[in-house]
Amino acid sequence: MTEQKIYIQGVVLNEETRCTLTDLCRLCGVTAELIHDMIEEGILSPEGHSPQEWRFTFIAIKRVQTAVRLQHDLRINLPGCALALELLEELEELRRLSQRS
Amino acid sequence: MEYKDYYQILGIARDATQDQIKQAYRKVARKYHPDVSKERDAEAQFKNAGEAYEVLKDPEKRAAYDKFGANWRDGQDFQPPPNWDAGFEFRGAGYTEGDAAGFSDFFESLFGHGHADRQRQHVFKMKGEDQHAKIIISLADAYSGAKQTLTLTRPAVDDSGHVRTTPHRLHVVIPQGITEGQRIRLEGQGLPGYGGSPPGDLFLEIAFQEDRLFHAEKRDIHLTLPITPWEAALGAPLTVPTLGGNVQVKIPPGSQSGKKLRLKGKGLSTGSQRGDQIITLYIVVPEPKNEEQRNLYATMAQKMPFNPRSELGT
Repeated sequence: MTEQKIYIQGVVLNEETRCTLTDLCRLCGVTAELIHDMIEEGILSPEGHSPQEWRFTFIAIKRVQTAVRLQHDLRINLPGCALALELLEELEELRRLSQRS
Repeated sequence: MEYKDYYQILGIARDATQDQIKQAYRKVARKYHPDVSKERDAEAQFKNAGEAYEVLKDPEKRAAYDKFGANWRDGQDFQPPPNWDAGFEFRGAGYTEGDAAGFSDFFESLFGHGHADRQRQHVFKMKGEDQHAKIIISLADAYSGAKQTLTLTRPAVDDSGHVRTTPHRLHVVIPQGITEGQRIRLEGQGLPGYGGSPPGDLFLEIAFQEDRLFHAEKRDIHLTLPITPWEAALGAPLTVPTLGGNVQVKIPPGSQSGKKLRLKGKGLSTGSQRGDQIITLYIVVPEPKNEEQRNLYATMAQKMPFNPRSELGT
C-alpha cells in the first residue's frame, strides 16, 4: 500500500508580512500588554501611530517568540531581552559574514 | 534504561551546595539555550540540564537520587532497586520549572510523569504548544519551490499517561523564492491542544545547504565567474550557470576583476518580490607554458605600456 501524501501549504512569514496587534497576540500567545511593554523597551517598532493602526513585520513575530522563551527559560527581564535580541542578531550577522570570507 | 548522571550534566561535584546547583544550572541553561547556542545538540543539552536541575534542586528528590550511589556512569544500563523510594514523598507532586514533556525515561521511572498529571488536574482547556523546527533546503529548491517530507520528533502522552517522543511525518510545500531565515507557519500543525482546544502551530525556519557555486544574500544569488584576460579586455558572450539553468551573458569590453553584472529576476523571486543573480567577474591569468607563450606576454609588455600602480606613486 502506498502512503498517500498530503502536502501542506503554510503561510510564509516574509518581508511583506504585516500583522495587527490582535494577530500578533494570537500568533505568539501573548497579551497586548506585553506587546506594549516590548514596544516601550524598543524590542518592537511597529508602523502606524495608534494601537489600532499598528502593523508588525515578520521580524516582530520572531522577536516576540524569542523574547518569551528567554523570559521563561532564563528568567531574563524585558530590558535584558532587548539587549540579548540585539546581540543575537548582531552575532548572526557576524557569523554570516565570517562564513563568506 | 540508561542511568543519568545529573551531577555530571551540570558539571558539579556530588557534594555541591544547593546554591552551587542553582548557579551551575543557570550557567548551563544560558549556554545551551536553543535561541542562543548554535551547537548542534543544544536543545538536548538544555533539556538534560532542566531535568538534572528538577531533581537536584529538590532536596528530597536529590536525596533519593543520591541513594543509588556514586558508582554509576552516565549512559550505563540501569534499573532502580525495588522500593528504592520508600520513605520519600514526591510522586505526582508536579514540576515547578522546566518543560517536563522532554524528560527522559530515567527521570520518569523514578519520579513519575507529573507533567501529564498536572495537565489533567489543573489545565482544562489550553491551546497546544507551538513547535519550532529548522529545515535545510538546497538553493535550487528555494529558487523553483519544492515539496519536502520531514520528520519531527514530538512528545505525546500515551494511554497510560506516559510522555513519549514519537516521530511525526509531515509533507510540506516549500514555496518558490523563499529566503534564508524566513519562516513558514503551518497553522494547527504544532502540538495538540488540551480539553478540546485547538493545536498549536508549527514554524519552520529555512536554512540553506552550502552550495558549490552559488551563495544567497537575501533574495540575490551571487556567483563568481572566472574569465580570461582577453575576454575581459575585448568583451565576450559567455554561458553562465544560474539556478534556473544556463544563460548567455555578454561581458562588456574593458571589464576588470571584481566588476559586477546583474541578471534581473534570476535570484530568489516570488510573485511580487524580485531577486537577481549578481555575477562578480574574476580574471584568471593563464600561466605561460612554453617559450612562445612567454613571448606573447613579453610582446604585450612592450606594446601596451601600462602602470596599474600609478595611484600609489610608484
